[in-house]
Amino acid sequence: MSTAHILLSLLASEAGHGYDLKRRHDDRFPQARPLAYGQVYTTLQRLTRDGLAEVAKTEDPEDSGGPERTTYRITEAGVQALRTWLSETVPAAPVSAASEIFAKVVAIMASGFGDPADFLRDQRAAHLTRMRELTAAKTAPNATLSAVLSADYALNHLDADLRWMDTTAQRLDALAQEVRTS
Amino acid sequence: MTTPPPLIEARDLVKSYGAGQAPALRGAILHLAPGEILAVTGPSGSGKSTLLHCLSGIVTPDSGSVRYGSERLDQATETRRSELRRTEFGVVFQFGQLVGELTALDNVALPLLLAGTSRKKAHESAGEWLERFGVRGQAALRPGEMSGGQGQRVALARAMVTRPKALFADEPTGALDSLAGEQVMTALVHAARESGTAVLLITHDAQVAAYADREATVRDGAVAGETGAEVIR
Ligand SMILES: Nc1ncnc2c1ncn2[C@@H]1O[C@H](COP(=O)(O)OP(=O)(O)OP(=O)(O)O)[C@@H](O)[C@H]1O
Ligand SMILES: [Mg+2]
Repeated sequence: MSTAHILLSLLASEAGHGYDLKRRHDDRFPQARPLAYGQVYTTLQRLTRDGLAEVAKTEDPEDSGGPERTTYRITEAGVQALRTWLSETVPAAPVSAASEIFAKVVAIMASGFGDPADFLRDQRAAHLTRMRELTAAKTAPNATLSAVLSADYALNHLDADLRWMDTTAQRLDALAQEVRTS
Repeated sequence: MTTPPPLIEARDLVKSYGAGQAPALRGAILHLAPGEILAVTGPSGSGKSTLLHCLSGIVTPDSGSVRYGSERLDQATETRRSELRRTEFGVVFQFGQLVGELTALDNVALPLLLAGTSRKKAHESAGEWLERFGVRGQAALRPGEMSGGQGQRVALARAMVTRPKALFADEPTGALDSLAGEQVMTALVHAARESGTAVLLITHDAQVAAYADREATVRDGAVAGETGAEVIR
């Protein structure tokens, strides 16, 4: 996924200038890191260079009194690129956080530094804390459906990690034997 | 920060269901603070339901104490304990508990009618609580005509209708799919915060436990660990 594709999807519904796109992005994707304005600007430049977006109009600073504002719109090639991206499924790759947890469990066993059961217990508590924060955010009275759904996405992934940690915690002895003998 | 005294405090609970049987509780310690939402988790057979039954005065422990304010629930008479369950506690069990002959609306209105509320007022409140838990459309149905998940929601409405000091719920979303579970938990959290009701909720689902302020894990009849800050509102 790239910022370019996300910006194209916003431009597909309506042309806009950089600040406007940043605001729409941050509203639509409440769990994502807010876009830096500089990042929006360089992405728009690149989209224009590649012919996926174009300048619709430039407001003269003397007319509006403010800084110069360039409004961008999506091109036909941009629509094609967006359609292609949207029709592709996302790789069903393992989540990186879980594999780091697994790597640490094995590394603790290999090095003998620390106790894998303690590590899993602490990691479990860290996951549960984050899950409580996400749940509090989505149950806030003013939470938008976008906020609820993006919190749900994170919650389900954390929940999957947790289940993996629970079954792993019950099989640490067997794993330790495997790690030692290999 | 001064911590207010707990609403309910259980110490060193031991409970066996029969001679020769391993005890279901062996020294469990747990408290429920006023207005907090506490999730109780742990493996099947670890003693969660037994713990809930002791704290809500349904079962008396073999030894140990359960304090509710200045009262000792473990020493209270059955009459007093069932009076508390009618007035100050709400209880939702793992399996069916609604009155089979009554409609959902009458089931929810029942605790209010028993407390002397007028029929009209009781039905009005009952309707509102069915609405909050998303089962207003089932108001005229009897328990046998509802799905398991609908029955659970009606039971929650009935437990909350008296705005109890404490709600005890054993797997309240166990029969719900994830979207319905989410809607019921959101409704329950909002209702509990509004009424100042403390909630002790048993669940095996980490996503349900995440609605709580605090989580206590039961293992082999004892509380093995707790996570989460104690948030007193
Ligand atoms: N009424 C009963 N009579 C006899 N034994 C019982 C009774 N209720 C519970 N037990 C036993 O006590 C132990 C704890 O049971 P409890 O119902 O408290 O577990 P739990 O943690 O709620 O399990 P689950 O997640 O499966 O509901 C179990 O070994 C169970 O067999
Ligand atoms: Mg149980």
